Amino acid sequence: MSLPADFMGRIFYILQKYGVSFLRGAGNTLLIALVSTLVGCIIGFAVGIVQTIPSERKDQPVRWALLCVARFLLNVYVEVFRGTPMMVQAMFIYYGASMLFGINMSMWQAALLIVSINTGAYMAETVRGGILSIDLGQTEGAKAIGMTHVQTMLFVILPQALRNIMPQIGNNLIINIKDTCVLSVIGVVELFYTTKGVAGAYYTYFEAFTVAMVIYFILTFGCSRLLRWWESRMDGPDSYELYDLATTDTLAHTTGMYSYPSKPKAGTQNSDIRDGGAVI
Amino acid sequence: MNEQILQIRHLSKAFGSNTVLRDVDFEVHKGDVTCIIGASGSGKSTLLRCINMLERPSGGEILFHGRNILGGGLNQSAYRAKVGMVFQSFNLFNNLTVLENCVVGQMHVLRRPKAEARAVAMDYLDKVGMAPYINAKPRQISGGQKQRVAIARALAMGPEALLFDEPTSALDPEMVGEVLSVMRTLAGSGLTMLVVTHEMAFAKEVSKQVVFMDAGVIAERGSPEVIFQHPEKARTQEFLARYLNG
Repeated sequence: MSLPADFMGRIFYILQKYGVSFLRGAGNTLLIALVSTLVGCIIGFAVGIVQTIPSERKDQPVRWALLCVARFLLNVYVEVFRGTPMMVQAMFIYYGASMLFGINMSMWQAALLIVSINTGAYMAETVRGGILSIDLGQTEGAKAIGMTHVQTMLFVILPQALRNIMPQIGNNLIINIKDTCVLSVIGVVELFYTTKGVAGAYYTYFEAFTVAMVIYFILTFGCSRLLRWWESRMDGPDSYELYDLATTDTLAHTTGMYSYPSKPKAGTQNSDIRDGGAVI
Repeated sequence: MNEQILQIRHLSKAFGSNTVLRDVDFEVHKGDVTCIIGASGSGKSTLLRCINMLERPSGGEILFHGRNILGGGLNQSAYRAKVGMVFQSFNLFNNLTVLENCVVGQMHVLRRPKAEARAVAMDYLDKVGMAPYINAKPRQISGGQKQRVAIARALAMGPEALLFDEPTSALDPEMVGEVLSVMRTLAGSGLTMLVVTHEMAFAKEVSKQVVFMDAGVIAERGSPEVIFQHPEKARTQEFLARYLNG
């Protein structure tokens, strides 16, 4: 079978011939993006948490000094990896590691490392913002019942911060799916590298990259929908089940300001369970 | 006379050059209700926040069972579990349900087993009339209900004393009643309470001791009869006249 002359024909031809390669490339792209986003989030949370540990110079000078050093180093990390292109980082780390330290990373190790620390640098600031966005009252409420900083973060602040930064995590995942293509410079066989190979075999650049466009879009769109679904799951249901219908809220409206007992109170929280206010 | 559970000695607090509390001196007896009244900005809330260690006093002592909590070597978590606090803005944990709000502190601060923590929480939620709503998230219930959950959350920790920082100031008049009726019941149950409030009728009715604060100092203190009927200081008279006569 030779190469068809029309556009659609060529697309079907390369799909038939290289479909498996495309799928493998897409799989690698998705795998790198997912793993790196996850690891990046973990790095981001770790950095963000360290950046927001409360410490006063007066109370614990040693701890304060250590935190200052740690924060300075973390700031350097964030600024360097946010401030240089990932493609350059890929070359720098992949070749630099073997030249300077004699570490011969596999392409896969290098790919995951580079995208992870890159994502981590962005996520660090996102997480810090997420933590700072939570009302101070939440922290005080937790402190007032004796929770430590770690407990407060774990059970109160971080779950809320995570929910608030979910859209940004989604952004990072989508960016990572697309940006893994820069890893082709160190020879990682992801979707872009695969497509280039396919395109070169029969000089079907337009056709091959059309396929790549569609695959990239399916990957990113699928992930973005999936994250939306996850977000709404995190929010929980809009309504709630009353625990025991026999015991309604007996305290509401006991002020004596409730002067129309025969009329149901429209729009108040309990009117729906109160049988038209007849209880009072 | 009952034991003095809290003694405040020469307490002062300054934010930078702004002195908010000056030489505040009073004590709270076990089982008594003390109400702190005074104009906004007179330092009432700051005083309460100092007692719960949310603010660090600039000077003076706070003695809990005779022991200075500002002296260092104190287990802050254990102290705060014993001296709970109810806030004006409720501060329920938004990510947790009503029940989880009342369970999380018991499990992780007091290390109670889950079943026990749940039973204790249910007991107090029932007392404040919120048992039907244990599955609701804070955003789904009204202000008065939130405050009652906050009270149940504080009670579930088994506190020796409970601090209330203007617990009804963020509520509309109808909801004020439901919260005050819970607090009235608590006062009758022998819980030591220290209440910052603008509800004069409530202060008059339930408190054993009323503290009137003005510009960072205790201007006058005494029994509700003395403070409300025969205030000695001109400043107290002026404040109450405005409050009681509208």
